[in-house]
Amino acid sequence: MAVPSAETQILRLYIAGQTPRSIKAFANLKKICEDHLIGKYQIEVIDLIQNPQLAAGDQILAVPTLVRRLPEPVRRIIGDLSHTDRVLVGLDIRPAS
Amino acid sequence: MAIAETPGHHSRIVQLSKSPTGIDGFDQVAGGGLPAGRPTLVCGGAGCGKTLFAISFLVHGATRFDEPGVFMSFEESGDELAQNVASLGFDLPGLVEKKKLVLDHVKIERREIEETGDYDLEGLFVRLGYAIDSIGARRVVLDTIESLFAGLANQSILRAELRRLFRWLKDRGVTAMITGERGEGTLTRQGLEEYVSDAVIVLDHRVTEQISTRRLRIVKYRGSAHGTNEYPFLIDEDGLSVLPVTSIGLTHDASSERISTGVARLDMMLGGRGYFRGSTILVSGTAGAGKSSLAAHFLDAACRRGERCLAFVFEESPQQVVRNMRSIGIDLQRWVERGLLEFHAARPSLHGLEMHLSRMHRAIDRFQPSVVVLDPVSSLLRVAQPTDVQATLTRLVDYLKLQGITALLTSLTHGRTEHEQTDVAISSIVDTWLLLIALELSGERNRGLYVLKSRGMDHSNQIREFLLTDRGVELVDVYAGPSGVLTGSARLTQEAQERAAALAQEHELERKERTLTRLRAAFEAELASLRAKFEAEQADLAIEIDEHRSRATRLRADQHDIAESRGGDATSDNGRNTRVRD
Repeated sequence: MAVPSAETQILRLYIAGQTPRSIKAFANLKKICEDHLIGKYQIEVIDLIQNPQLAAGDQILAVPTLVRRLPEPVRRIIGDLSHTDRVLVGLDIRPAS
Repeated sequence: MAIAETPGHHSRIVQLSKSPTGIDGFDQVAGGGLPAGRPTLVCGGAGCGKTLFAISFLVHGATRFDEPGVFMSFEESGDELAQNVASLGFDLPGLVEKKKLVLDHVKIERREIEETGDYDLEGLFVRLGYAIDSIGARRVVLDTIESLFAGLANQSILRAELRRLFRWLKDRGVTAMITGERGEGTLTRQGLEEYVSDAVIVLDHRVTEQISTRRLRIVKYRGSAHGTNEYPFLIDEDGLSVLPVTSIGLTHDASSERISTGVARLDMMLGGRGYFRGSTILVSGTAGAGKSSLAAHFLDAACRRGERCLAFVFEESPQQVVRNMRSIGIDLQRWVERGLLEFHAARPSLHGLEMHLSRMHRAIDRFQPSVVVLDPVSSLLRVAQPTDVQATLTRLVDYLKLQGITALLTSLTHGRTEHEQTDVAISSIVDTWLLLIALELSGERNRGLYVLKSRGMDHSNQIREFLLTDRGVELVDVYAGPSGVLTGSARLTQEAQERAAALAQEHELERKERTLTRLRAAFEAELASLRAKFEAEQADLAIEIDEHRSRATRLRADQHDIAESRGGDATSDNGRNTRVRD
């Protein structure tokens, strides 16, 4: 993957174990990124079951939670990312209608 | 303690294990503390003390019961929390450092969150689980979890997850406290009581007539006996404390030891030996009747015996009391200086009744006195209804009796009615009731004292005149005659008359005694002369009797001689017998 530019979205997907919902969320995210952010995104998946200490840092409550760390402002998108439109709004790719 | 849960079929025989909160009084009300290993709901309105209650539970757990705790805050940050409780002496950063406490601030910003499908709150579980494991926590507080409802849109997920959370907490075996905001018609705004059903505590902060009172009530406590009343609680520099005063029953010991009233004559009126130790004495009377003076005597006497005394004064400052009592020759200052006597002065309107009660309790617990004086209890009427005052005093008196503390309450009565409502109301709880009355007669107003009742002892039924002198209180007999009770100068006049009469009587007696002496002397003289006369005559008679006897003997001898000289036969038996015998 390319060196992150100013437009690169740094994304973290928090999950809790390999549950069907986690897998679904990751698949949805991957698809959205491929459709709208080709070459302009990085995804880091954090499994809280393995790294529980990371939950507090990003104020994780619900899983799955997608955190857009960059660009500012930080955005939190919770749920399995099945509502594509909402995800796009959350990532500022599409203005809220 | 990991498995504090008792299985259903055992719950009837196995006592629920308790987790003490360390909050003064609460554990007493709750039969030992919160249900160990189970969640408890604490609810109340804003500013009612929920967070403080919860943090006290955790801090005491960490410092006193070796049970580390997790505080998960949904409102305040860890720093804010630490600052808020620092004034109570809770050192949260210190406990965090020692791994006795974890503070986790769960921040939810609705604006930052976009909901895009199905989710659960496993993140919260992971976070909580991690915090618990990191220090081996036995206690957990969630304050206030209802904030989640504002942060997350999907209420049905939220409710399902909360239900799962409380079950999860139970499974983890931690003693949890969940706080909730009081709702309209429900205990909590979001109906959390539906999920947390083991124990529910309601805190309340109400202001009546500009006086605030905090109260606590255990609404529900599954599997445990608990007090059901509303208990006043107090937040001050020593933290939070609950006063379980209503839980006291009539189980106190009754001492038969007697202690002096400080007035010798009054001791005499009370069976010669004063009050019972641990009893409650009510001194009621009109303004200026000498109630405080009687109380001061009692305090002074107790301090002389080396006992500790606590005086709650509602109308004067301690300095004022000390000065006033000095004028009747009682030096209370020295006892204050020696630490035997402590004054607590507070205007009645300063706090609500419960707060007064709470403060008195605290002071009593801290000072451990053997004598307590409340002067005057009637002033509490200014801040509350008589029924409330009565209830409060009953609780206080019960508490004092339980502690074996002798209490003297004074009560101000007004006007001419001797028995005021408060007096009547509290008279049933007092053991000895002294009444100070004004005796108005021939243009004078004098003080009188009598013992209206005194349980368990023989007591005088006499009214005594009550004098305030520069040597303290003196009780003198009143004159009770056909014209009624006489006091003051009327009594003095009567006494003078009696003295004169007594003197006259004394003179009369002396006169009679003198007469008697004279009579006795005369009698003795007469007796002596009679005896002399008798003795003289007796002597004469004795001589005469002798003469007669000797004359008779001579006559007989002469006759014998004559007979012999005649040489005649002894014709008479007498003569013969005499001869034969010879």
